[in-house]
Amino acid sequence: MRRKKETANIENMEMATRRRGQWRDILGRLFRNKLGTLGVIIVVVLLILIVFAGVFTKYDYSAQDFGSRFLLPSLEHPMGTDNFGRDLWSRLLYGGRISLLVAVVAVIIATGLGIVFGSIAGYFGGKTDLIITRLMDILMAIPALLLAIAISSALGSGPIKTAIAISISSIPHAARIMRSTVMSVKGNEFVEAAQATGSGNTRIIFKHILPNTIAPLIVNATLQLGGCIMSISGLSFIGLGVQPPTPEWGSILAAGRAYIRDFWPIIVFPSLFIVLTVFGFNLFGDALRDALDPRLKD
Amino acid sequence: MGELVRVEHLKKYFNTPAGVLHAVDDISFSINKGETLGVVGESGCGKSTLGRTVLKLIDHTDGKIFFEGKDITNISKRENHELRKKMQLIFQDPYSSLNPRLCVYDLIADPLKTFHILKGEERQKRVFQLMDEVGLSKRFTYSYPHELDGGRRQRIGIARALALKPKFIVCDEPVSALDVSIQAQILNLLQDLQKQLGFTYIFVTHDLSVVRHISTDILVMYIGVMVEKSPAKELFERPLHPYTKGLLSAIPIPNIHHKKKEIVMAGELTSPINPKQECRFAARCPFATDLCRTQVPTVSEVFPNHFVSCHHVREINGI
Repeated sequence: MRRKKETANIENMEMATRRRGQWRDILGRLFRNKLGTLGVIIVVVLLILIVFAGVFTKYDYSAQDFGSRFLLPSLEHPMGTDNFGRDLWSRLLYGGRISLLVAVVAVIIATGLGIVFGSIAGYFGGKTDLIITRLMDILMAIPALLLAIAISSALGSGPIKTAIAISISSIPHAARIMRSTVMSVKGNEFVEAAQATGSGNTRIIFKHILPNTIAPLIVNATLQLGGCIMSISGLSFIGLGVQPPTPEWGSILAAGRAYIRDFWPIIVFPSLFIVLTVFGFNLFGDALRDALDPRLKD
Repeated sequence: MGELVRVEHLKKYFNTPAGVLHAVDDISFSINKGETLGVVGESGCGKSTLGRTVLKLIDHTDGKIFFEGKDITNISKRENHELRKKMQLIFQDPYSSLNPRLCVYDLIADPLKTFHILKGEERQKRVFQLMDEVGLSKRFTYSYPHELDGGRRQRIGIARALALKPKFIVCDEPVSALDVSIQAQILNLLQDLQKQLGFTYIFVTHDLSVVRHISTDILVMYIGVMVEKSPAKELFERPLHPYTKGLLSAIPIPNIHHKKKEIVMAGELTSPINPKQECRFAARCPFATDLCRTQVPTVSEVFPNHFVSCHHVREINGI
């Protein structure tokens, strides 16, 4: 059996005169990873549920029914009802729109800017590095929520503005990771080889350094997603994030805190959604990291 | 054949927390077209720094470098960029010198892309031609470096260096990371390429048998300074500097009946940081006198084209 596989591999090598489709290659490796596939499935199912929330829910997410407060999960209300008698299932599906949108946008902004600052600091070093690192230290020194409050009170409320407010305080983490990774990749001789063959700084950064630095960044980004979802609720709590009655995972969870002793669904289900999201993205991110690395083939 | 590269009193100092490190200290030499200068010395003596400084990959501290008769010591960034087409570097470590995310084709085509040389099919043809020149089978075109062995990886490095059709190549210990059997293959490849395409090499190595095999001239370095330089054959037959003698006696000879006179060099390497005014080899030299410990020796041409930097070269060798 094993031998058969080996001969097949050798034959493949012989035939490898045609460029392997890079994207097909990456996707193939992604789906060969079982955990990664699970992650993709979780994320896709969540997205479908959230995007087509109207199809999967019977109740309006803001319709209150004081006759049916604190109902346990049943066929009528798959996840029970909250303190105002609103259907939790609808609230969670609709709430996911805001939570996921804001969190994903925030993570993209934070990671993107982190890559820019981190790679400039790590690649050029010296004074540039010093200035950027100090700036990041200043950002880190300010409590994340305080910073978000300051920014969102300046920008106003709204999903994208909330995303920007949250992302700013996440930039230093990504930038620091990027900086140290770039510094270690930069020490490789292939960077010097690129200089010797006439590559300019931009080309070296984008072609030779960045592709070799994505692994820790992807992991960081997927982990930050959960933190971001929680930050939104923090902002919403003081009236700067999403305004009630618009549902949002973090604020549903925060509102349910008062009933944690007597009524479990209001805590368990929103947490479940957040955990599943982070878990799904994390598995997906891990698998993506492996799939993007040609060294880990098969 | 004319002179291609000339270096005059080249110095490269690094500022370190401990002081100024004299990595290359006052080295002069010239190389003719199509010839090979072997640079030998122990680890950390500044061989690689010398190679990179001559290539203008790192800035020099003092001295002059001439290439094709032109002074390239203080050229602009732009001219330096153009110069990359004419002078190239082959690296020691075929593992870290190749970007693991690029396949063989992309690695070899990279220099062509940077200089926008050739497009589409022409470029492809050129890459295949380069692969052919360095003996890489076409079936590896889209393999990644980690799928290949050290010898093949080194061939990729060589093909990449050849891509821009340079005239002058610095080989920085290109075989020291390879198996002995593969070493011979790569050395022969480098020599064949030199014959076919007329390259001029600086061949940096710590392996004396390799350098003897490939060099026209040999330059022996010791902690940043040149101690001896002569035609390869002459160096092996008639080494004049005590350090060279010690170095040559350390070459293992594969014959159990051979009784060799080993010259053991006692003592430690002196530090290249803030060196004293003395002969750098004085601490380990069996012939060292007070003169050696107080004055830096100058380079003198003892025999035609045979340079030695030693105060007592004549007495030691009875000439």
